[in-house]
Amino acid sequence: MQEGRVLPARQINRDLLGSILYSPRWFWGAVAVLGLIVMGGFAAAGLMINQGMGVTGLNRPVMWGFFIVNFVFWIGISHAGVMLSAILRLSKAEWRRPATRAAEVLTVFSLMTAMLMPLIHTGRPWRLVYWIYTIPFIPYDFARGIWPNIRSPLVWDPSAVYTYLTSSILFVLVALIPDLAVLRDRTTGLPHKIYTVLAMGWQGNPRQWKLQIIAGVLLSALILPVFVSVHSIVSWDFGMAIAVKPWHSTIFAPYFVVGAVHSGVSAVAFVMIILRWIYGWQDYIRHEHIDALGRLLIVVATGWFYFFVMEVIFGFYGREADEIAFRDFQINQPPWNLWFIFFVGLTYFLPVAMWLASSWRRNLWLMSIACISVNIGMWLERFLIIIPALAEKQLFTFTWYTYAPSAVEITIVAATFALVSMLMLLFARVLPLIPLYDVKEGDILKTEIQIGRRTVPATFRED
Amino acid sequence: MAVRPILGLFEDANYAAEAGDALKEANIPEEDYDFLTDAPYPEGAFGEREERHRLYVFPLVGALIGLTIGILMTSMTQMAYPMVQGGKPIMSLPPMAVVTYESTMLTAIVFTIIGIVFESRLPKTKQGLYDTRITEGYIGVLVNVEEDELQRVYNILTQAGAVDIVRDQ
Repeated sequence: MQEGRVLPARQINRDLLGSILYSPRWFWGAVAVLGLIVMGGFAAAGLMINQGMGVTGLNRPVMWGFFIVNFVFWIGISHAGVMLSAILRLSKAEWRRPATRAAEVLTVFSLMTAMLMPLIHTGRPWRLVYWIYTIPFIPYDFARGIWPNIRSPLVWDPSAVYTYLTSSILFVLVALIPDLAVLRDRTTGLPHKIYTVLAMGWQGNPRQWKLQIIAGVLLSALILPVFVSVHSIVSWDFGMAIAVKPWHSTIFAPYFVVGAVHSGVSAVAFVMIILRWIYGWQDYIRHEHIDALGRLLIVVATGWFYFFVMEVIFGFYGREADEIAFRDFQINQPPWNLWFIFFVGLTYFLPVAMWLASSWRRNLWLMSIACISVNIGMWLERFLIIIPALAEKQLFTFTWYTYAPSAVEITIVAATFALVSMLMLLFARVLPLIPLYDVKEGDILKTEIQIGRRTVPATFRED
Repeated sequence: MAVRPILGLFEDANYAAEAGDALKEANIPEEDYDFLTDAPYPEGAFGEREERHRLYVFPLVGALIGLTIGILMTSMTQMAYPMVQGGKPIMSLPPMAVVTYESTMLTAIVFTIIGIVFESRLPKTKQGLYDTRITEGYIGVLVNVEEDELQRVYNILTQAGAVDIVRDQ
């Protein structure tokens, strides 16, 4: 560890604010391309609203398709923020410093994107207006005497996701205040005025720093239980659905949470590699950081694999007809069985095999492939949980139908990936994606100690 | 006599700490000077006073408010639309616990944020004497003293190794 050199504060400012103060030439081109894809997604959603849900591949009994798969996927990605930021902050892991902000911001944008999915899936997103304009921010339609059924997991879900989203946004904003002060001091004109207002008169005195440090720890401790609850509740959207028996699994909650962390941390590792490449942050996002993430991912992936195997075994041991029919779809019937092999291989065996060797973990190309592999696999996992369970023949179902996504659904799903990428780029244009004060603090605390004839790097750590 | 600020800028944390010691020896009250940095230093690095706060009260108060809101919202919702499902009681505790938990955590976190901003004495409408070099790694020692003490403090800061001294215009 500690492969980096101590850099002067002026250089840290110049390097990490470079994405804001000097916009690279490719930036607006990249934003335009991503924006076009997002517009394509909005056009597809508009077509769906205009023509009706018939333009999707949804039909009885598969009423949840790509949109809900994608919803669960993006909720999963959002778990990276708290996993890295909160757990590593609480455990005082030194290598967290360049990763926390990107992880938290990825959390916010992926949660926002995830929340678009059920709205689009309803087919009548304008009904949101009923919620918003009755009482601001309270989704209760008092005026029409309509009350949500709080016994439904579909009401628990938004309550958890909005709690997580609000908390994550506030977490990011509080940690941004010191960096906003740096921006205030480095800008002129209108940007200076905006950053001055946002920095709220931050000076950097010991009281402010003390509270900033406590805030990081305290908010981490408070958000952690929310983070666990969010994906648990998302899993209960399935686990507590009365009609679909293959989803009745008691270990769905921890299985979903660990899976979310797996995909989320992989996504953060990939985002960090991309940031290092496009902004030239080699001094900040170093091989040691990616290596540490790779080692962490071996543990997370193996934890996920354990839950996955348990879920399959418990399913078979129950010998219930619905469960056996569901597993038959996954394991015996094409094309599901082919997807199933891809899913297990891409989520666990391929990436873990790559992460076992230190030299592979430090190879950024191979790490990128492994991280993308995990996320393709985790997307497939959600697909293979949702679709085959709904597609199996059920009692009183007069239509027996399978599912193939339409071009509208594929376009909207592709647009969500472009949307998150575009939002990350735009964030990097106005605010620093690596916390400057955190990097500077790391440099202040760095030292070297003599042990026998060796001089080894060390870090001062305060309890 | 009017109190005026004076800001000494130091390149080295040790010199800034020595300036703090010198100000203490010169009987300048601890409340009248502060150390401004661009990154958190270990507590007591400059020999500064211990900062007391009541931040921990905020999440507790927030959690209690959220708990109350959660219980009221979930119970009143169920009573306002008393639809019996599967012969189960109208007031169902497990779902109430889920929504109440989320509202408790949400308000605890919102109150924590309010607490952080409040206890950090933010927002400040007037920033006071400041220098942008502080966010370039310089350590600022900001002293608020009466006008007739300004020269004495200037000398103390200079002798401690300040590379520049900024005064209120």
